[in-house]
Amino acid sequence: MKRYSVFALARNALRFGPGWPALWRSPDPKASYDAVIVGGGGHGLATACYLASEHGITNVAVLEKGWIGGGNTGRNTTIVRSNYLWDDAAALYEKSLQLFEGLSQALNFNVMFSQRGVFNLGHSVHEMRDIARRVNANRLNGIDGRLVGADELARLLPILNVSARGRYPVLGASFQPRGGVARHDAVAWGLARAADARGVDIIQNCEVTGIRRERGRVAGVETTRGYIRARKVGLVAAGHSSVLASMADVRLPIESHPLQALVSEPMKPVLDTVVMSNAVHAYISQSDKGELVVGAGIDSWNGYGQRGSFGTVEGALAAIVEMFPIFSRVRMLRHWAGIVDTTPDACPIIGETPVRGLFVNCGWGTGGFKATPGSGWVLAHTMATGEPHPLNAPFALNRFVTGRLVDEHGAAGVAH
Amino acid sequence: MLLIECPWCGPRDESEFSYGGEAHIVRPPEPDRLTDEEWADYLFMRKNPRGRHLEQWCHAHGCRQWFNAERDTVTSEIVRIYRVE
Repeated sequence: MKRYSVFALARNALRFGPGWPALWRSPDPKASYDAVIVGGGGHGLATACYLASEHGITNVAVLEKGWIGGGNTGRNTTIVRSNYLWDDAAALYEKSLQLFEGLSQALNFNVMFSQRGVFNLGHSVHEMRDIARRVNANRLNGIDGRLVGADELARLLPILNVSARGRYPVLGASFQPRGGVARHDAVAWGLARAADARGVDIIQNCEVTGIRRERGRVAGVETTRGYIRARKVGLVAAGHSSVLASMADVRLPIESHPLQALVSEPMKPVLDTVVMSNAVHAYISQSDKGELVVGAGIDSWNGYGQRGSFGTVEGALAAIVEMFPIFSRVRMLRHWAGIVDTTPDACPIIGETPVRGLFVNCGWGTGGFKATPGSGWVLAHTMATGEPHPLNAPFALNRFVTGRLVDEHGAAGVAH
Repeated sequence: MLLIECPWCGPRDESEFSYGGEAHIVRPPEPDRLTDEEWADYLFMRKNPRGRHLEQWCHAHGCRQWFNAERDTVTSEIVRIYRVE
């Protein structure tokens, strides 16, 4: 791997030629691997990257049915935060946030992680009590956060409508200063480049069509590019996790829904932070290009079509305009949906399935992007050692049998 | 936006309906005889198919009746609407 540096930049600039090599190879799949990751999004690439760098397992393939980062990694609103209520979830997301803080250096690739802070607005007395409780829980867990009143909000966010007569009166917010946004494509590309440099084969346009088992354990995967043997297979396929798991007769407590987002025409800097509101199902930030990035809630019905109903985005935009009247004449340029895998307790499922050697990492629902490096970190540990990392032990599939759910609907809810 | 044909009220906008998830899940008559795995399967596990899905809808802002639909989860085409037996 050619390292990026100011010297490399100067050298290539003076050479006037195409001195930059491709970020990763495109090899043909081998007949067998020590581990196969199904899904070339951020989570799958991070898993492969950490399998190689932290556990020395480099005979690894990442199989992606389309192009890497072309699923939810390229469709989210890029928000990163860790202010979750319960200890288990907070620890997992905080680990991920910490990995994000060092990710550009670790990957030698600028993922443009911008810790511009995240506000979660409260619109009622009851919601403010919940927010205060969550901030207190965060601080007990060593996670930064504080309660912000409406007066201070009006100073920090002069374009926010905090009038008491608004349709969604803003009574206050929680604020996590270390939260922010990262460049989603760069996260996928940087992870792919780092994984490839450590020997991982990234195989695009290779769809898994079957999972072979022998005596209760996984033996390999059928793909559109032939059969690939592997004793360890990790399914990291977000919205399509149920489809993949059913190939091995594994049932998951997951329902897939479209989650819609939009970006506006680019504008001068107007919003220097991230503002989210669970109650009105809307969240907004401004990208480095100047576009407003707006996320809506999920559509209620199961769907795989990567499009949702207009009423859902209409509701989100109505709320955005109510809270930010200055945006009322902004035009939206693009609009899309990703397919999110929601679980009954709004927490992920990470660990081995009843089929030995077959692992799942799914159920991140509406908030997987923030967890990208942390998710890969714990799944790599789980696949390498056969035992869950302490951070993902609470998120095993069998929690739905034991009843030990981690109910994060309050902090996760819809607005991730 | 889906156009859903309520068996009683005719075609109406999706916003009048609420979604009830997978259809034909029957509460086990004697839950205390089930294993934890069987109970978890009833409570939490879902088919979640890519393609034809049998699901429940309620005309919440209309006649408030529940009914079933067969819908393609990729195209959102509603193939069939049928009453709850």
